[in-house]
Amino acid sequence: METAASTLPAFGPALPEIVLAVGTLFLLLVGAFRKVSPTRGISWAVVALFALVAVLVTGQGDIHAATFGGMFLIDPFTRFIKLLVLLAAALSVIMSVTYIRRENMDRFEFPILIALAALGMIMMVSSNSLIALYLGLELQSLSIYVIAAFNRDSARSSEAGLKYFVLGALSSGMLLYGSSLVYGFTGSVDYPTIAAAISTGHASVGLIFGLVFILAALAFKISAVPFHMWTPDVYEGAPTPVTALMASAPKVAAMALLIRVLFTAFPGITPEWKQIIVFVSIASMVLGAFAAIGQRNIKRLMAYSSIGHMGYVLVGVAAGTVEGLRGVLIYLAIYVVMNAGVFCVILAMRRSGEQVESIEDLAGLSRSRPMVSFLLAMLMFSLAGIPPLAGFFAKFYVFMAAIKADLYLLSVIGVLSSVVGAYYYLRIVKVMYFDEPVQALDAPMSRELSIVLGLSGLFTLFFFVYPAPLIASAEAAAAALLP
Amino acid sequence: MYSAIVFLPLVGFLTAGLFGRWIGVRGSQLVTSGLLVASAALSVAAFVNVALGGVTEHVQILTWIDSGSFETDWRLRIDTLTSVMLVVVTSVSALVHIYSIGYMSHDPQQPRFFAYLSLFTFAMLALVTADNFVQLFFGWEGVGLASYLLIGFWYQKPSANAAAIKAFVVNRVGDFGLILGIATIFLMVGSVEFDTVFKAIPGLANKSFLFLGHEVPVVTTICLLLFMGAMGKSAQFMLHTWLPDAMEGPTPVSALIHAATMVTAGVFLVARCSPIFEYSETALTVVTFIGATTAFFAATIGLVQNDIKRVIAYSTCSQLGYMFAALGVGAYEVAMFHLFTHAFFKALLFLGSGSVIHAMDGEQDMRKMGGLYKLVPATYAMMLIGTLALTGFPLTAGYFSKDAIIEATFAGHNPVHMYAFGMTVFAAFLTSFYSWRLVFMTFHGTSRADHHTLEHAHESPLVMLVPLIVLAIGALGAGIVFKHYFIGEGHEAFWLEAIYRGTSNHIMHAMHEVPEWAANLPTVMMALGFGLSWYFYIARPDLPVELARTQAPLYKFLLNKWYFDELYDWILVKPAFWIGRTFWKFGDGRIIDGIGPDGVAARVIDVTRGVVRLQTGYVYHYAFAMLLGVAALATYFMLGGVH
Repeated sequence: METAASTLPAFGPALPEIVLAVGTLFLLLVGAFRKVSPTRGISWAVVALFALVAVLVTGQGDIHAATFGGMFLIDPFTRFIKLLVLLAAALSVIMSVTYIRRENMDRFEFPILIALAALGMIMMVSSNSLIALYLGLELQSLSIYVIAAFNRDSARSSEAGLKYFVLGALSSGMLLYGSSLVYGFTGSVDYPTIAAAISTGHASVGLIFGLVFILAALAFKISAVPFHMWTPDVYEGAPTPVTALMASAPKVAAMALLIRVLFTAFPGITPEWKQIIVFVSIASMVLGAFAAIGQRNIKRLMAYSSIGHMGYVLVGVAAGTVEGLRGVLIYLAIYVVMNAGVFCVILAMRRSGEQVESIEDLAGLSRSRPMVSFLLAMLMFSLAGIPPLAGFFAKFYVFMAAIKADLYLLSVIGVLSSVVGAYYYLRIVKVMYFDEPVQALDAPMSRELSIVLGLSGLFTLFFFVYPAPLIASAEAAAAALLP
Repeated sequence: MYSAIVFLPLVGFLTAGLFGRWIGVRGSQLVTSGLLVASAALSVAAFVNVALGGVTEHVQILTWIDSGSFETDWRLRIDTLTSVMLVVVTSVSALVHIYSIGYMSHDPQQPRFFAYLSLFTFAMLALVTADNFVQLFFGWEGVGLASYLLIGFWYQKPSANAAAIKAFVVNRVGDFGLILGIATIFLMVGSVEFDTVFKAIPGLANKSFLFLGHEVPVVTTICLLLFMGAMGKSAQFMLHTWLPDAMEGPTPVSALIHAATMVTAGVFLVARCSPIFEYSETALTVVTFIGATTAFFAATIGLVQNDIKRVIAYSTCSQLGYMFAALGVGAYEVAMFHLFTHAFFKALLFLGSGSVIHAMDGEQDMRKMGGLYKLVPATYAMMLIGTLALTGFPLTAGYFSKDAIIEATFAGHNPVHMYAFGMTVFAAFLTSFYSWRLVFMTFHGTSRADHHTLEHAHESPLVMLVPLIVLAIGALGAGIVFKHYFIGEGHEAFWLEAIYRGTSNHIMHAMHEVPEWAANLPTVMMALGFGLSWYFYIARPDLPVELARTQAPLYKFLLNKWYFDELYDWILVKPAFWIGRTFWKFGDGRIIDGIGPDGVAARVIDVTRGVVRLQTGYVYHYAFAMLLGVAALATYFMLGGVH
């Protein structure tokens, strides 16, 4: 620690993040200096960059390491989440390629901003202190505020971006306020130190207030009830690839962050935060199920769907066991894949060159596009949690964990609300297969969308054949967090 | 050999039923009929061996049920009683199979028909060869099923479906009694094997058990419950309503099931259980009463029916009543003898009427026939023989068996034996009247059919006539040939252990010593009936019409079958429908659906509306909701939270 060399932090653990940051800035420069529109190339370059980062993340192996004064750490849990985040971000970039060109949003900043958002996400996943948490979260949030309003000519897009920004700012304020309370009552912003401080003394009301505020802010990011209200409006207004992104990668990252904070900084007051999580979980599941029934716009429907799914994920968090966390990770992975598939179909919903978003527009799709309809139907069944599709196993593992942790009320409400939720997923299937078509949707789908949809559908259909790799890695990641 | 008799029809059923499509119509006909003929030939051999040779055989097939203390084997019991039934069942069935080749020649679904016929025969044989009550019950239900399938064979006809359902439901009432009877036997004896049960009954003769605070004699209860089953299957008074409707089935079915075999299962059951019934005077009295009443009651309805098959159906009902009357006074042999002869002439009458219907292109209403004897002379001759035998013309089959029943009722000792005598004698008169009425209306007088039908009227093919001739021989000769064995001097050597008689029961001797006038009364009645019928339908054809008008209430009462269907409809069917509808509309629709699926769905929609309305679109509302959430959580913990 005396020599100059040793005062420099170890960069190794943060190498993927550094590569992503440098690479993104390089691509930004490339874009800025190119005369002809470089968007398409930069999009694919970003995807390649994500792939490279994913390789680097994988290459780090099963190590537990901390750097930057203990503010940044890596372990199998962060590795699992980072790979998932990168996958989700890459998928949304791929899905955006055709869309942004067609919708006159063809500017190279779009993929760059997604890359920056992804950088923020993987940074916050690795955070080991409240400061690092805030840094990563803001980098992610600011990038997404911008791309939510990226379609400047559309009032709805601007409105979505603005709403998200205003409410996001409020949640950031809450996060900072909560952090300052926690710092005030424990004397530290580092998770391990906070945990140690709590374990020695009795938890004061002030500390719990701090926890409530931090949780509120994080619940906002995963759009859990009652901090969810921005979600339907923003999902509906934002450009569809952005919605696809918002429904997946940030959710995964914020959920991981929530888990990290709860399990490493506040294990001493587990009973308290468990109550909050149970409450938020029940509220999200129930609201997600009930409110979605009333929706006619498919993007709004997916917003409520994601609220509900976050509720189910929180069931696993509330269990508080390795099994529960394993269920959470499996759930998130399956959710990301299903979500990408569904948004592929939504992106392909065009009639006479115009994007359409109403559920009725899918009427009779089974006749004009049997394969797409079949895959979407399978994805819907999977989202509803019908065996043997992947979505069933997602729910199965979290509810199993909840039952083993004696959370019977939570499990029963969860299962019941999934019954209610099944209605609106199945309604889409009914509309596709049994309603009279108004006018066929434009064909064909762009190649990227077809491929993503196909892979998503195959994964959903055949997950049950060989689920071992995902389950094993989720198990390892969960075990890393809970010694 | 005995197993082959029983299982050859099953083979026929499976072949025609499963592979009818491949082996075709001709193949199905040949397979089922051929197997039945083989089975019939073996049955005759069995009859000679068992009944005339005087042996009793038991053939173990398999252990069927072995559960705790309950053990049942699948074992064939071949004694005289069984062998008589075997001959009746297989011979009539074989003839009906052959006859059907001609009768059903225009039907598109013949393999199915022949499969059902064979299934029925198998079930009936399983019934009569049973060595225990459970096996008997299997056959009992099997014939019920086959009867249902065959009555509803023309399932496109709503009336046929209704009749099939009616037959099944009414039979269930009787079957319910039979099940309870068997259960009571098992409860009291601990076994369902015939031999074990029969040995145990004397020990139970004076026992009783408590039921709802009442002392109930055991043997009488068992007998009455078993008789309830017999009443259902044999269409006795009050459970008879299904039999006339069952005529919706094809005519060969009526001949086989609803004349010669299945409906006699009740008679067989009581005869088989003679070791039980002999110990209950009460039960025998009930049997006599019901039998005699049915004999009279069905005959009165037969007087005014216009459907040729329905007349014969009521006749069947009436003749079954005779058999039960005989059973009731303890003359089991006489009842079996009548069963045996009745099978021939009643099957003959049914198949003969089928031949008429075939000739008349499906017409069954006698008011639209008349003068047919020139067109279908062979059929006419056969019907004449059948009618003579049914009415008891001297030396025909019916003369020996029916008169023996009337004599037995006269000689009987139970409280209602003279009632039975009076009823059966009067019924003999009615039988003669309606039988000749049928012949006269159908074959004599001037034709009332439209000329179009008459042009096509034709004698039936040989494949239909040959079975008629065989049955006619039986109708003429069965009585004189077998009288000696069934009820004459040789009856003890013939029946051996198959029928049991209590020590005080001397009916078989007493019936031969009835006064001359009583013995001759039935013949006189037969002559009177013939004379009146001739007067009404040949000499003065206007008289019946006149009579129907002047005696309108009585005529309507008889024409509407004593209003039994209406009565049952009013007390049973309507309330059942009402209960069903109440449960459906109110119980299921309003309560279960209303509070359950529909109610929940409606509440879900309400909640959805509420939640969607919260989503105003205003940022400050959203921010307010967030702050409210934080405030609520913070307050909760401030007020104590978990601790």
